[in-house]
This record gives sequence, structure tokens and C-alpha cells, in this order.
Amino acid sequence: MSTSTVTPQTRGSRFTAAAANYLDERTSISGAVKELGRKIFPDHWSFMLGEVALYSFVVILLSGTFLTFFFDPSMTEVYYDGEYMPLSGIHMSVAYHSSLDLSFEVRGGLLMRQVHHWAALLFVASIGLHMLRVFFTGAFRKPREINWVIGFVLFVLAMAEGFTGYSLPDDLLSGNGLRIIDGMLKGLPVVGVWISYFLFGGEFPGVEVIPRLYVLHIMLLPAILIVTLALHMVLLIVNKHTQFAGPGRTNENVVGVPILPHFAAKAGGFFFLVFGVIMLIATFFTINPIWNYGPYDPSPVSAGTQPDWYIGFADGALRLAPPNWDVHVFGYTLPFGILVPMIALVGLLVVVAIYPFLEAWITGDKREHHIADRPRNAPTRTAIGAAGVTFYAVMWAAASSDIMATHFMLTMEGVIHTLQALLFVGPVIAYIVTKRICLGLQKKDREIALHGFESGRIVRMPGGAYIEVHEQLDEYERWRLVSYTDYAPLMIRPNAKGRITATQRARAALSRWFFEDRIVPPTKGEIEHAKEHGHH
Amino acid sequence: MIGLLSTGGAYAAFGATATADETTAVSQSTLDEGEKLFAANCATCHGAALEGTEAGPSLHGVGAASVDFQVGTGRMPMAFDGAQAERKPVQFTDEQVKALAAYVASISPGPAIPDEEYLQGDTDAANGAELFRINCAMCHNVAGAGGALTEGKFAPPLGGVAPEHIYEAMVTGPQNMPVFNDMNLSPADKADIISYLTYVDDNSSPGGFELGSLGPVAEGLFIWIFGLGAVIAITVWLTAKAN
Repeated sequence: MSTSTVTPQTRGSRFTAAAANYLDERTSISGAVKELGRKIFPDHWSFMLGEVALYSFVVILLSGTFLTFFFDPSMTEVYYDGEYMPLSGIHMSVAYHSSLDLSFEVRGGLLMRQVHHWAALLFVASIGLHMLRVFFTGAFRKPREINWVIGFVLFVLAMAEGFTGYSLPDDLLSGNGLRIIDGMLKGLPVVGVWISYFLFGGEFPGVEVIPRLYVLHIMLLPAILIVTLALHMVLLIVNKHTQFAGPGRTNENVVGVPILPHFAAKAGGFFFLVFGVIMLIATFFTINPIWNYGPYDPSPVSAGTQPDWYIGFADGALRLAPPNWDVHVFGYTLPFGILVPMIALVGLLVVVAIYPFLEAWITGDKREHHIADRPRNAPTRTAIGAAGVTFYAVMWAAASSDIMATHFMLTMEGVIHTLQALLFVGPVIAYIVTKRICLGLQKKDREIALHGFESGRIVRMPGGAYIEVHEQLDEYERWRLVSYTDYAPLMIRPNAKGRITATQRARAALSRWFFEDRIVPPTKGEIEHAKEHGHH
Repeated sequence: MIGLLSTGGAYAAFGATATADETTAVSQSTLDEGEKLFAANCATCHGAALEGTEAGPSLHGVGAASVDFQVGTGRMPMAFDGAQAERKPVQFTDEQVKALAAYVASISPGPAIPDEEYLQGDTDAANGAELFRINCAMCHNVAGAGGALTEGKFAPPLGGVAPEHIYEAMVTGPQNMPVFNDMNLSPADKADIISYLTYVDDNSSPGGFELGSLGPVAEGLFIWIFGLGAVIAITVWLTAKAN
């Protein structure tokens, strides 16, 4: 940087200064460095989950590039002549052959395949956890709604990348996965068959789909993903990070470590740690053993055929739909056993995408929020989140219904029927339980803030009575407990014409649902008052 | 009795092509021991004359292979009446199992215990793998990890199952398994399938630990629990305040 302080100049620092100045005079980069370098990162572990996603994506890009050097998506038919004995002489596509060669004949190829696949699983998992963190701390509120939607798009893109990726080797498992997607497409009324023929270039499976998925997987989707990711980062810098409340941490500032030099070093180290974890897992644990699955052939289906975990909820939704839901109208069949799960899946995703706008409308809150909520301080939102997680988790679990049946000695029917019931009952229970737990925790916080915590020290008074001494919190601790915004339900107000519209009523009812049960944080007066009386 | 034995023995010898060459005569003392064992351990449910009772099916036509499979894998005698008989520690010595099998075959001929030549596990594993994917994988999973059937029944995992038991299962169709007779899968095909399963048993995955060969479910659980767990432990460590 050109702003150097007056210190005795060594030869090294003179060179650095000159080089920096040379660059700055030609690129004006110092402005950007100054701006970016002072980006503040709060130090709470849950704020690093998005970074994990970013770093696994870098690992995916690196390992994926290696894989493209050797993988050939061609559907030309060949006979296997490679190293793996139980496949020798077997009829297969070049795509599958080259995936096997990549695994058995390219030096480090199998490791890179496993790195790529494990990193992909970690990528989507860390995105999921990052989204949950943002949701439960209310970090999606104004001004970050747009970035929530961008993040959601990234999540969907990551799933699409995953699906197109694991379909490429043209093995039995991935072919079965494609067949399910084909079935879902064909289940759509009117357009379904057209879309299916368009995607597969004719009747399933054909020879078009693998090269097409390859183009999507290595070109189109990554390009969109990178652009969206860049946008996500830019908005992250523009909006700044949220932070948990604390003394000196307000809605107007961000307390933490600037990116340069400290955080950048830490983040660099963190990248290598994530890389290391992925490498270790990929070294020691098999993933997607395509040599077991054999080449794709539309006739066999293996027991225990499941998609990768992030597509599991879709597979589970299909498994949970009862049989015999086909309706025949005017010679057409409406397969509701497929349509209803698809509607549920799309519905769930849409609700996730637009949740910030829904909540903003219900609460009528137009203020900017830079303080992350503790989940207990937004009981209704936390409860909605828990219900959503339960709904997702039941569908997710349903994808492994057969494995649960064999490993826990249950009947398939028992597992499916239980999960069918849980799909509806589970979210309701989760909602009620979570809300009560949140309110209970809030009450406990209020109690502790006002009266301190029980010290376990029992004192006998001169009169003979026993009391337990309560220790007071220090100011820092108390700050954490009492600083949250207290919302009240919206009032029904007539509009400009003096009328109360139905929308107004609905909004007020929803707002009441959101904020009716609440624990008011203790006021300053209450705390002072409690303090005066607290000295036993 | 002797007439029954000789006709039964001859039928057993010609009944299964796989054992057409096997002409080892079964001694009378073996049959006697088998009869005693049967009366003590099997007759309660299967009837003294193998005719079956309300508690168990008739054994007419089962032959030696079925007995060797059911008793030799510990499935019989059954511990309790469940959705299907489970593999458990074998209750008899090998001689006792063979004696029981010989006795049952002598009264009720059927598929015989397979010839050694089909059990070596050194034939065409690639053909075996393909046949396995087409005929077996829908219940037993491509890697032989097992799978669920309806009403609590299941196709058991095939790891560590003795070759003769695999062969016997194919020819007799125990529990819910269909019969793969010699018209369907020739003895050579069966030998190839055994070779493939032997290969899977003998060779660990080139990619590292297999996680039970359960596919994406095991992989997903692993990344969530251990992968993400390790990464979160690192984030907590990185943001920990120095005390």
C-alpha cells in the first residue's frame, strides 16, 4: 500500500513499498484493499459455516478440473478391458469405462474422485447448516432479504450440480436416479412427456442425456454458481455481518476482526483445515463405489437405491405418497402419487425462499436489523423453523426407509406408516415444543437478569429462617440476556378510506399469532429495582 | 425301508444335475443318527414322517441341500416364530448336519448338496457379477449388503456366507427367496455368482472403508456426523477466546 509510515527502511520493505506503489498507480487497487481489508468478521463459530461452504466449493473446483482431464461423457458402447476383474469383458458406455479408468488406472484418480464427491456432500451440508444459522438468528431480515434469496438460489444450484454430477458415471445407481427424475417429469400433466423427450433426446435413457448433463455440470451450472456466489459475497460486504448483542455491540456497528491482516491469515488456515478434513475422509472412506454398481442397464435395480443425501428429501417424499392415487379423467391419467409429493417439495422450497418477505409483512417491521437474534428471543420464528426442519427431516428419513427396516429389525410398512403420520404430526409437535422451550428459556433469562442465579449457598438468618443467596450477574452477562427487541402484535388500523380490509385483518391475526406469547425483557428500572432489593 | 432308501437314493443321485457324479453311498449308521437327530430336534414342528404340522411345513421334496442350508446356517431349529428364520450360531456339528440332510433326503428326495467343483470361487466373476445384478441385486443389493422386503421380511447380507450355502439357497429358495433352478441359472452360472461374491468378500474396497456398502445413506450420515462435526469442531477452536 502506498500509505507507509516513517520507519527505518530495510531493503525488503523498500521493495514492498515500491511494488505496491507501482501496482496502485496503475490499478488504483488501494481503494479496494482499504475497503475490503477493513471488512469486519465477528468471532462466533456459527458465522464460519458459510466459509466452510465456500472452501469446499474451491476444493470441488480443483478436484473437478482434474477429473475433466480424464472423464469422457461419450455414450459409445465398448467392452471393458481395464484392471477391475469383476467387470472384464462387460458391455458398457465410454462414460462408465472412463470413470472406471479414472478410478483404477489414473494415478491419484480415485482419490480425486472421492475428494470431489465428499467435498460435494460437505458443500451442500454446510450450505444447509449456514442457512439454518441465518434463519434461526433472524439474519435474513432487512437489509439482507435479497442475499437470503441469492443464498437460496445457491442452495438449489448446489443440489442441481450434485445431481448432474453423480449421474455422469453412467453406473447402475445413477441411471436409476435418472429414471426416477424421468418418471417425475412424465408425471406432469400435458407437458411432462414433452419435457422428458426434450431432456433425454427421445425415449429414456437414450444416448443424449449424459453428454448434456456433462455440459450442464461443468459449464453452465458452475458459471451461474460462481456469478451468484460473487453476488452473495458482494452483498455480504455491502450489508456487513450481523453480530450477537453485547456491550459495545449495537445495531449501528460491527465488532470483530478486520479481514487484513489477522482474519485473512486465519481464514487461509481455515481453508487448509477444511481441505485437510476432506482429504482425510476421501483417503480413508469409499464414496460412490461405481465398480460395485456396474454399468447402467434399465432392467436391474439394486436394493437400497438412494440418491445422495441432499436429494434424499425428494426421494422420501415419493416413498411417502400412498399407492393408488392415480385418477383417470377423459382418458388421461393424473398420477397424484407423484404430483402431490412434487407440489409439497416445490411448496417447501418456495416458502424457504420467500420467508423473509412473509415475516416482514406479518411483523410490519421495516427497520434495519444488524443484531442477530438469539433463537429463544424469537419463539414463533424458531418454532416455525423447527417445524420446517422436522418436515424436511421426515421426508429425508423416508428415503432410507428400507435401510431403517433392515437395520432396526422393523417392517417396511411400519416405517413408512409411522413416517407418513410423522410428516403431519411431527411439525406440529415440534412447533409447540420449541415455542414452549423458547418461552421457558426467556423466562429463565428474565429471572436471572433480575434476581441473579442461585449460588447454592444457604444462609440462616438471625430469626431462624433460611435463605439461599443469589449471585448477581456481571454487566456483560446481563447485557446479553436483556438486550432484545420486544415486539407487540400489530393493531388493526383502518386504511386511508377509513375501512378495515380483509388483508388488514389477516395480517393482524398473523401478527397476533407471531407475538401473542412473549416474554418482555426486563426494563432498566426493573433491573435497578431488583438490585436494590437483591442485597440480602 | 430298504426299498425306499434305494429308490430315494437313486432319485437323489439323478435328481440334481449338479450332483450327478456324486455317488458316495450314505451309510446306514449315518441315516440312523440323522433319524435320531430329526426326531429330537425337528419332528415337533415338521412331523415325525416329515408330513408337517400346524407349526411347520411339510418337508416333502426338500432334499439334502435345503436341510444343509437351513440347519447349516443356524436358521433351523428356529428360535422363535418371526417374519422369517434368522441366521444364528449353528446348533449342530458338521457331521450332524450332514447326517440330518442325508436322512431327510433318504425319505424325501430333492436337490442335493452341491458338488465341490462349483464352489471354488475361481470362475468368471464378471459374468457372475452381471448375473448377480440382474437376478439377485434387487433384494440383496449390488454389493450383497442385503435389503428389506415386505412385512418385516428381508434379504440377508451375503458377506461371509459359505459358497455351498449360497448355492443351496439358489436351488432351494429358502424363506422368501425364489428358486433359481438349473434351467434358469446353469450350475456354471451359479458358480460364477459364487465367484463374484467370493471376490467381493476377499477384496476390500479400493477406495477405503466401505461404510457397510450401504451407499448414499451411509455416506450422507457420515458427512453430517463426522465431516461436518470435524469442521464445526475446527470453527469452535478457531473462534475460541484465549483464556
